[in-house]
Amino acid sequence: MKLITAVIKPFRLDDVREALTEAGVNGVTVTEVKGYGRQKGHSEIYRGAEYVVELLPKIKLEVVVADTLCQAATDAILKAAYTGKIGDGKLFVMDLESVVRIRTGELGEDAI
Amino acid sequence: MIRFSHVGRGMLGLSLLVGSVAASADEAVPAINSGDTAFVALCSLVVLLMTLPGLALFYGGMARTKNVLSILMQVFCTASLMSVLFAIYGYSLTFTDGGSLQSVIGGLDKLFMVGITKDSVVGTIPEYLYFLFMLLFAAITPAIIVGAFAERMKFAAVLVFMTVWLTINYIPMAHMAWGGGWVFNLGVQDFAGGNVVHLNVGIAALVGAWLLGRRRGFGTPTLAPHNMTMTLTGGSLLWVGWLGFCGGCALAASGFAMLVMVNTMLASCAGALGWMLVEWQHRGRPSLFGAVSGAIAGLVAITPACGYVGPMGAILLGLIAGPVCVWSVDKLKPMIGLDDAFDVFGVHGVAGILGGLLTPVFALTAIGGQGFPEGRTLFDQLLVNGGAILFSILFSAITSLIAFKVAAALCGGLRVDEEAEVDGLDLSAHGEVGYKYSN
Repeated sequence: MKLITAVIKPFRLDDVREALTEAGVNGVTVTEVKGYGRQKGHSEIYRGAEYVVELLPKIKLEVVVADTLCQAATDAILKAAYTGKIGDGKLFVMDLESVVRIRTGELGEDAI
Repeated sequence: MIRFSHVGRGMLGLSLLVGSVAASADEAVPAINSGDTAFVALCSLVVLLMTLPGLALFYGGMARTKNVLSILMQVFCTASLMSVLFAIYGYSLTFTDGGSLQSVIGGLDKLFMVGITKDSVVGTIPEYLYFLFMLLFAAITPAIIVGAFAERMKFAAVLVFMTVWLTINYIPMAHMAWGGGWVFNLGVQDFAGGNVVHLNVGIAALVGAWLLGRRRGFGTPTLAPHNMTMTLTGGSLLWVGWLGFCGGCALAASGFAMLVMVNTMLASCAGALGWMLVEWQHRGRPSLFGAVSGAIAGLVAITPACGYVGPMGAILLGLIAGPVCVWSVDKLKPMIGLDDAFDVFGVHGVAGILGGLLTPVFALTAIGGQGFPEGRTLFDQLLVNGGAILFSILFSAITSLIAFKVAAALCGGLRVDEEAEVDGLDLSAHGEVGYKYSN
């Protein structure tokens, strides 16, 4: 099992969700986050005073998939989140040791 | 406020009737005109909307999340306190005969509103209505100063300062300009309070910003406004109310009053566009905050002029006021170096001075204005207006300094301590927070 974490531009969320559904992913956890990478933030100007906002709003997606679905899921995210402009985000894939469905007690891939 | 040449009677002329309700035997008993009464009553209501919630929301949006309630509270309570004080002594000292001191201050005949009854009349409206309309001017004017010392002044000090400032600044200024004092007799072209309201609060703002010092984090992203939607809501309510603020000064439901309202509307629109266009060209993006600020700048600039200019003059004045105020907040403010938090001087002070100086120019009949009193030239009127502006600056600076010093002495300083400022005034001063992000 794999835990896929993706940090993407907020406006790409709907497209990414649709792409994940088409790829066969059943569930996704979405969190509104702030952060920065190479993009380094943006400037806001209020009445001539310039404020550099270093932490930009992003969306963090967390998806748990079976190993067999990992490539399709990551491809779906990468394609749907892509704009080609700075700030498109990052994607991380990690091995997942265990998953438990709280309601039924199912374990592993059955719990996804 | 109102000073007519050939235009007609106005608030000032009528105000002189206050305190002399007992007409002589051969004078006709004054009659209430229901149309005038309804009109001024409506204007009064929208002027109240300017302050509550207009001004409070306008400023509230400019504050940080942790200070939003303190701003709302300061405006709300200032307006409440000023209203009560105006009823107790402000009205009498502003609008009754001061005897030997008439040139600078009114009298005590109507202290505690003694002598005002439901049958009292000022011009063609009930005196209670005249009182209410003037009270609302007294309520909003000091509250504008809150924007200068926002996010760092003790609440008690705010209330003490406002009390002293109303007493030694606003009331004498209002009497001198509107209550038959020496400024009134000069024939200054200042229809609705360019000097008494806007220039006055602008100078008070500079004094306050100087005495209180800069907010912690001044010039850093931490001071960015938190809610532009709130600022637009408040600014728009200010705009609505301003039509009543200026139009109501005619004290009559007349074509002249409609001219004043049209002028006010057009100057505001032009101010918004002027600021927006300059900012767009200069910064590459037109901002909402800029457009709203431009509208306010146009409204401030037209305040002295609205009874003397024509509609095209009003548009020109607004188009000038917007860019001038862009310059004042963008260039002049950094040069001065004071943390006038919400640009009270940059918008009210600068546009007030600009409007006062340009009123005679746009009052020229050749460009659709209402002209000057008989025998007076443009140069004469410019001298009179300029002199009144200079006096107002000096008077405001001195009295504001005294008011702040008194507040500091009585409250153990003006400024909250570092911990309270960092935590935010909402929690430290009022024990509340503006926003709860979870239940």
